[in-house]
Amino acid sequence: MTITYYLALSVILFALGAVGVLVRRNAIVIFMSLELMFNAANLVFVAYAAYYQLINSQLFVFFVMTVAAAEVAVGLALMVAIFRTKHSIDVDQMSALKG
Amino acid sequence: MSDTQLAWVVWAVLLPLGGIVVNLVVGRRLGEKGIGAVASLAAGGSFVLSGLLALALLQHPEGGIYRLATWFNLGSLTVDWSFRVDTLSVTMMLVVSGVGTLIHIYSIGYMHADVRHNGDPQRFRRFFIYLNLFVAAMLLLVSANNFLVLFVGWEGVGLCSYLLIGFWFEKGEGGLGNARAAKKAFIVNRVGDFGLLIAIFLMIGAFGTLDFDGVFAQAAQAAPALLVAITLFMLLGVTGKSAQLPLFVWLPDAMAGPTPVSALIHAATMVTAGVYLVARSQALFLPVPQAQAAVTWVGGLTALFAATIALGQYDIKKVLAYSTISQLGFMVAAVGMGAAVAGIFHLVTHAFFKALLFLAAGSVILGLEHGHEHAGEGHDPFDPQDMRQMGGLRKRMPLTFAVYLVGALALAGVAPLAGFFSKDEILVAASERFPVVFGLLLAAAFLTAFYMGRQLILVFFGEPRSKAAHHAGESRPLVTMPLVVLAVFSALGGALNLPGLHSLEHWLEHSLVGVKEGHFVWAVALGSLAVALLGLGLAWLVYGRRAPTEQDALARPLGPLYRAFERKWWVDEFYRLVLLRPLGWLAQVLAGPVDLGLINSLGDGLGQGSQLSANWLRKLQNGLVRSYALVVMVGVVAMFAYLLWVR
Amino acid sequence: MNAWFHPLVLITFLPLFGLALLLLLDGRNERSLRWVALLTSLVTFGLAVWALLLDRQGALTELSLPWLRLGRLAVRFHLGADGISLLMVLLTTFLMPLALLSTWTAVQGERLKGFLALFLLLEVGMNGVFLALDLVLFYIFWEFTLVPMIFLIAIWGGERRIYAALKFFLYTMVGSVLLLVGILFVGLQVGSFDLPALIQNRATFAGAQTALFLAFGLAFAIKVPLWPLHSWLPDAHVEAPTAGSVILAGVLLKMGAYGFLRFNLPLFPQASQQLAPWMAGLAVVGILYGAGVAFAQKDWKKLVAYSSVSHLGFVMLGIFALTPQAVSGAVLQMVNHGLSTGALFLLVGMLYERRHTRELAAFGGLWKVLPVLSALALIVTLSSLAVPGLNGFVGEFNILAGAFNASALGNVWFAGLGTVGVILAAAYLLKMFEKVFLGPLVHEENRSLADLNIREVLTLLPIVVLVVAIGIYPQPIFDLISPAVERLLMLAAQP
Repeated sequence: MTITYYLALSVILFALGAVGVLVRRNAIVIFMSLELMFNAANLVFVAYAAYYQLINSQLFVFFVMTVAAAEVAVGLALMVAIFRTKHSIDVDQMSALKG
Repeated sequence: MSDTQLAWVVWAVLLPLGGIVVNLVVGRRLGEKGIGAVASLAAGGSFVLSGLLALALLQHPEGGIYRLATWFNLGSLTVDWSFRVDTLSVTMMLVVSGVGTLIHIYSIGYMHADVRHNGDPQRFRRFFIYLNLFVAAMLLLVSANNFLVLFVGWEGVGLCSYLLIGFWFEKGEGGLGNARAAKKAFIVNRVGDFGLLIAIFLMIGAFGTLDFDGVFAQAAQAAPALLVAITLFMLLGVTGKSAQLPLFVWLPDAMAGPTPVSALIHAATMVTAGVYLVARSQALFLPVPQAQAAVTWVGGLTALFAATIALGQYDIKKVLAYSTISQLGFMVAAVGMGAAVAGIFHLVTHAFFKALLFLAAGSVILGLEHGHEHAGEGHDPFDPQDMRQMGGLRKRMPLTFAVYLVGALALAGVAPLAGFFSKDEILVAASERFPVVFGLLLAAAFLTAFYMGRQLILVFFGEPRSKAAHHAGESRPLVTMPLVVLAVFSALGGALNLPGLHSLEHWLEHSLVGVKEGHFVWAVALGSLAVALLGLGLAWLVYGRRAPTEQDALARPLGPLYRAFERKWWVDEFYRLVLLRPLGWLAQVLAGPVDLGLINSLGDGLGQGSQLSANWLRKLQNGLVRSYALVVMVGVVAMFAYLLWVR
Repeated sequence: MNAWFHPLVLITFLPLFGLALLLLLDGRNERSLRWVALLTSLVTFGLAVWALLLDRQGALTELSLPWLRLGRLAVRFHLGADGISLLMVLLTTFLMPLALLSTWTAVQGERLKGFLALFLLLEVGMNGVFLALDLVLFYIFWEFTLVPMIFLIAIWGGERRIYAALKFFLYTMVGSVLLLVGILFVGLQVGSFDLPALIQNRATFAGAQTALFLAFGLAFAIKVPLWPLHSWLPDAHVEAPTAGSVILAGVLLKMGAYGFLRFNLPLFPQASQQLAPWMAGLAVVGILYGAGVAFAQKDWKKLVAYSSVSHLGFVMLGIFALTPQAVSGAVLQMVNHGLSTGALFLLVGMLYERRHTRELAAFGGLWKVLPVLSALALIVTLSSLAVPGLNGFVGEFNILAGAFNASALGNVWFAGLGTVGVILAAAYLLKMFEKVFLGPLVHEENRSLADLNIREVLTLLPIVVLVVAIGIYPQPIFDLISPAVERLLMLAAQP
């Protein structure tokens, strides 16, 4: 039993998430991709927790899940606010930061 | 002398200032007579105090010093408001306040007409305030006990001169002529003041004090090179204030001031300040013959140079102005060659007869203006100072003619009038020490007699050449009375220092160093008298026998030389070309290409540079969140790659 | 808490009290707003006079309280005043009411409250700069003066006000950044920002003296402004409202010269000695250059602005002559310039209110219609061109005489050329006077101008009185500053 499979899966998940964030334009999909990246990280934590028999890293998983939940809540609220003004949640439309 | 007596000198300076205060506060209610009376009384009070000081000095000829207060005290240098009472300063005070008082009285009458002629009677009060201020500054100059208080008076009189030349500041050529003349006077004087300031700085460094006694006591031990530097810079100051070569150019233009001003400031008193300074500082000049020679040559050259220009002038006051420059040359040469008593003697007599001449010229001008109005040509352009418009005035203005004649003969050096004796002393001293300068001065004396003869003939003899001259009338007694007083002094002033008696010499030897017994040389005296008579006679031959024409009688025989006299040797044009134009151009270049173009652009360029680079950098900020994320991603990968493989 | 009522604290922070009152008042009640601001500034002036009297009795103490701790570094709330500081505070608090009086009708409307508030804030900063003896505290006040001034220029300025304000801000900030670096450096080396402690331990950073001198000096030189760092000044002056120009010329420029005196000389003595000829050289260039450029100006206010470059050149020449006479003259000249140039700006403003132009060509012959204004302008002009008997002469004479015989400069050329500046001053100032007041009245619209009213006379008269008084009897001021000057020079002379 080796940890390599778990890590490989995690890398694949993380890469999928990152690519999703970078290429998709729909904010909801981007959020989902973000969650994918979070969970890739969670997977690494859990894998190492099992591997080293440590409780600390499992603890972090809960932290990450909590923060992710909070972040989604704030993020979705933002989405709603943006949708109200722009009638779209296409992130390419949100270019007010353009210098 | 007791302290109470010494304190009079302070009151003499303060009285005219008191006159200013009174006229400022209540002058509006006093009326013209009241204003004039207050100002004249203030100046007269100073004269009385000066006279009292002179009486006190008869008992205690060594004089004394009155210290009023500390002006400032910094490090090792202390400068006091202190005043010096000795025979020299009191002599100067007597001249300044005496002639000053007479001119104040004259001005009451003269300015009454002048402010009306120029259309602003409100300005009457201002004139007397300036005049009082001048008297105060001049008294401060001559009674100062150190070089810095002297400098206060020195620039103070320059300031009053500025204000009074520009008294009719909206008149003159193009409306700005008088204002320009005033500005020119001040700036040229400042160039001279620059020299005096540097001399003062040098004295502080060398002697650590500016008190006359302290400086003069150490002068004998000072390095000659240092003394040469001090005296030559001082000479620059003298050329500025006393209108010598090369800084004389302001004085002719200064004739834009009202005539009493020309008489008081630009003939009798202020311009002699340079002579006074050199006489006072004899202790600095005596150890260095080079400096003495420089001063003497400047004086001698100026005397001749200005006399030639006087030949070519048609403006009655301009002739007198160049004559003043020429006579100042005599005085400067005298104090330069160490004949300080002769210089001061000529200063005093010149104050009498030149003030007289100017005031009489003022009377002539008044007469002509009066005649002009009577002739019913009130609005035609008319120059009441142009001698070509005059002629025959001896019948219309007999009293003015009489006093003018006295003044002119005194100036020409005809015995036994005042000018003969004082000029003779200078010539005797020059013949012994500087033979070439003696020649210059003798030539100048000849020209003096000649141009005064020319002026007398053009103004008073022959037939009237204009309606104004035809209708001219004698001036009021308030105007002519001071003239008579001055005429008496001009006639008898020589008695101050008669050959053999030397009363002025014995009086001044208490305060002047290096006074040598002057003597009378028959050859020189007869020679100078002959030269004077020759000049007058020649003038009669040239101008007296035929009616003057538009062109001067000398213009044809002298040709281009006369043109040079007329155009003042093109000195003004020369300065304009060599100094004023290039400096003005330089200022424009500095303000335009250099300041706005270069220095300002350096700052603005830095700003624009950062703006440009920012414009380029802002393209990175495209506003697309996902591209930011990509950059973050690439960055993270790069960091990991670095951590994994490179390290 | 006695510290609250320490005179120096009161001088510095009393304007904040007035500011609070202003904020409580109704913004439409212009009259009471003006009076509150004016009275506040007058009371502050009174406090400064009180501090002066205390100082003369030897009863003026310093105030030094622990304030901030940054690790092992302590920042103290340290206020103290020697003669120079007191004189500068007196100048500031004296000019303040006059500047406020000059705006009585010039600034109106709903923004008046902000205008007055900014002015009072500015006064806090300026007094603080002259009183702070802790480098961090000084730096805070130094930067603090910048903010109100920026807004005064940017909101109430002329046409190019934004450009001018930005330029002023950027130039000043460039210097300030290096000043901050320098302050942090010496603070970290010594472990304290307290000026007396720094002076005592100045040997610890002696190795970096020249660099530190330049770091501090750049900030101060820009403020002075020393040639060639002056190009913010004409724009800021021309665009600022009258009262802003008065304070800018009268006080803010002096902060630069004061900084050199207070910090550069005692902290970096060797560098000061070594660089003195260079600084004096730049000062002399500034004297001549400023005069030349002023001569060519067609805008009255710009002419006065460039004359400041020339006049401040004299101040810098005096400071770096490093002799008691020259430095005392320089300190006096700082006051003189504040008075005469301040008054010139007031005059420009008064005529601007009447004619809405500052072009010299638009005037001419004004003496005929405005005798009172012209007479006062004459005295002020004469003071500015250093006619003896008025204040300018005493300052310039001592600067030049001191610099002429200064061993730190090595030769007489600096002072000799500086004296040429006295001639040039006559040229450009008399040209200015001629263009505005002399000659014929050529413009019809000038014929009906009204002469000064009581308020305007009251604004100018105190300055004119001081101009004459200092000219005739400057010794009290020299008595006040001489001990401080000599102490600074002693510190600058020891290695």
